[in-house]
Amino acid sequence: MATTEKMTLNMGPQHPSTHGVLRLVLELDGEVITKITPDIGYLHRGVEKLSEHRTYHQVLPLTDRLDYLAPMSNNLGYILAVEKLLDIEVPERAQVIRIIMAEMTRLESHLVWLACHALDIGAMTVFIYAFREREVIMETYEQISGARMTSNFFRAGGLSMDVPPEFEKKVRTFVDEMPGYLDTYEGLLTTNPIWLKRTVGNGVISAEDAIDIGITGPALRGSGVDWDMRRDNSYSGYDTYQFQVPVGKNCDTFDRYKVRLVEMREACKIIRQALDRLKPGPVLADCPQVCYPPKENVYNSIEGLIHHFKIASEGYPVPEGEVYQGVEAPKGELGFYIVSDGSSKPYRMRIRPPSFVNLQAIEKMAKGAMIADLVAVIGTLDIVLGEIDR
Amino acid sequence: MAENNRAVVRLKEKFAESILDVTEFRGEVTVTVKKDGIIPVLAFLKQSLQYNLLTDVTAVDYLGKKEDRYMLVYQLFSIDNKDRLRIKAPLAESDGRIQSATQVWRTADWLEREVYDLFGIIFENHPDLRRILMTPDWVGHPLRKDYPLQGPDREPYKGRLS
Repeated sequence: MATTEKMTLNMGPQHPSTHGVLRLVLELDGEVITKITPDIGYLHRGVEKLSEHRTYHQVLPLTDRLDYLAPMSNNLGYILAVEKLLDIEVPERAQVIRIIMAEMTRLESHLVWLACHALDIGAMTVFIYAFREREVIMETYEQISGARMTSNFFRAGGLSMDVPPEFEKKVRTFVDEMPGYLDTYEGLLTTNPIWLKRTVGNGVISAEDAIDIGITGPALRGSGVDWDMRRDNSYSGYDTYQFQVPVGKNCDTFDRYKVRLVEMREACKIIRQALDRLKPGPVLADCPQVCYPPKENVYNSIEGLIHHFKIASEGYPVPEGEVYQGVEAPKGELGFYIVSDGSSKPYRMRIRPPSFVNLQAIEKMAKGAMIADLVAVIGTLDIVLGEIDR
Repeated sequence: MAENNRAVVRLKEKFAESILDVTEFRGEVTVTVKKDGIIPVLAFLKQSLQYNLLTDVTAVDYLGKKEDRYMLVYQLFSIDNKDRLRIKAPLAESDGRIQSATQVWRTADWLEREVYDLFGIIFENHPDLRRILMTPDWVGHPLRKDYPLQGPDREPYKGRLS
């Protein structure tokens, strides 16, 4: 008599559609998934441990490398937490540039998500288009910070330097063109029967389950929960901008796709409003205990050199206390919990990564589905392993 | 102020004997409760005060700084009321065990596994308490303050020689 038995299949860590070094141990009944055991930690670099041995200023480059598709969002979350501890005010121009770059980062992260998600499901054209647009954002990154990915651009008290004069025009041209590009992507996907077959009804998770598992960001909004930290728990002056928060209703991969596309359009709106507010002015707070002096002072005066040397070698003391600062990163709520003992190094820094918590939902979303649908679920969760493993 | 916080008022009424301390810093309210009272407090906050999202679970190692070595930290958020609350529970080194919050939120599953992995704190009644970031055969818990930065059995980095 013929018998059947379950098969265990290893997926990853070196697998093109696990978006990094995610390993999944799948238990299969034919092609139907009966159990998923994620295995993570392949990219663990001990960022939290390292940060306890570095000054607040030296921790900043470590944060670029968490979610490497959205470096400026990570910078922003960390810097806001440090600023909260220090209790310092940031100049208006720096705030506005931070918002422009945070939203550009959202566009960039969502473009990579769209490109890879579509490629996983078999729509290769979108991948090529989305990476073309991403290149413009990468150029902007390079223009203002000198690096395409590891930006390390924000500073406690403002920015590392002012943006070049051509920045404003370049960004404005880009956000004016972007809605047209989004129409192209939607034209390729939204009504495409193959796309609909692969995404509608895939990876369904109800709002209650999503909150219970702790999902945040677009994945939670796709399940119909109307919560966006930029609007409801505002930081950096987001409450003074006009934008819509898209919400899904069918809780499936298609709704999350729609939510993210609308978010990209809203990001363009926010950037346009921010560009209108961009006025000349200082980009670093007048706070010599914390902020580096301007470079011309360092090169031309002994006081400036001593000032620079002092902050570079000793760092700056941060008042004793503990704060939690969350930001609406492209993937969800990115939180930094810093405990300070009054010295110039964090006593403990905890990073609350959105991808780590969101990935927990994978079993709930893909159990009972086919392997090919699992690939769509990984794509729709939009995870980055640099952030999960830290 | 912290005394007027909606959660603090209700917690003081209901769990007066569990609460050790209430503080406010930079507008963030922190309530420290006894380790044994943690689950009833969290469950009450979730069911009666709409703190429906468990944002984070982590720990801090106060080796040599405080009487109780570990401090468990729970960050809560209420989507309906849009406010945050931090609950902390001290844990003595000799004890090192606490009830798992997985019975209240499923989010706690991986977050507690991470705390177990990096701090060695045992969560009782956790469904699947295994290491999550380090390899299963790893010895030691890296985020403890007495765990060397460069790893075990290695000389500390002394800077470039040339």
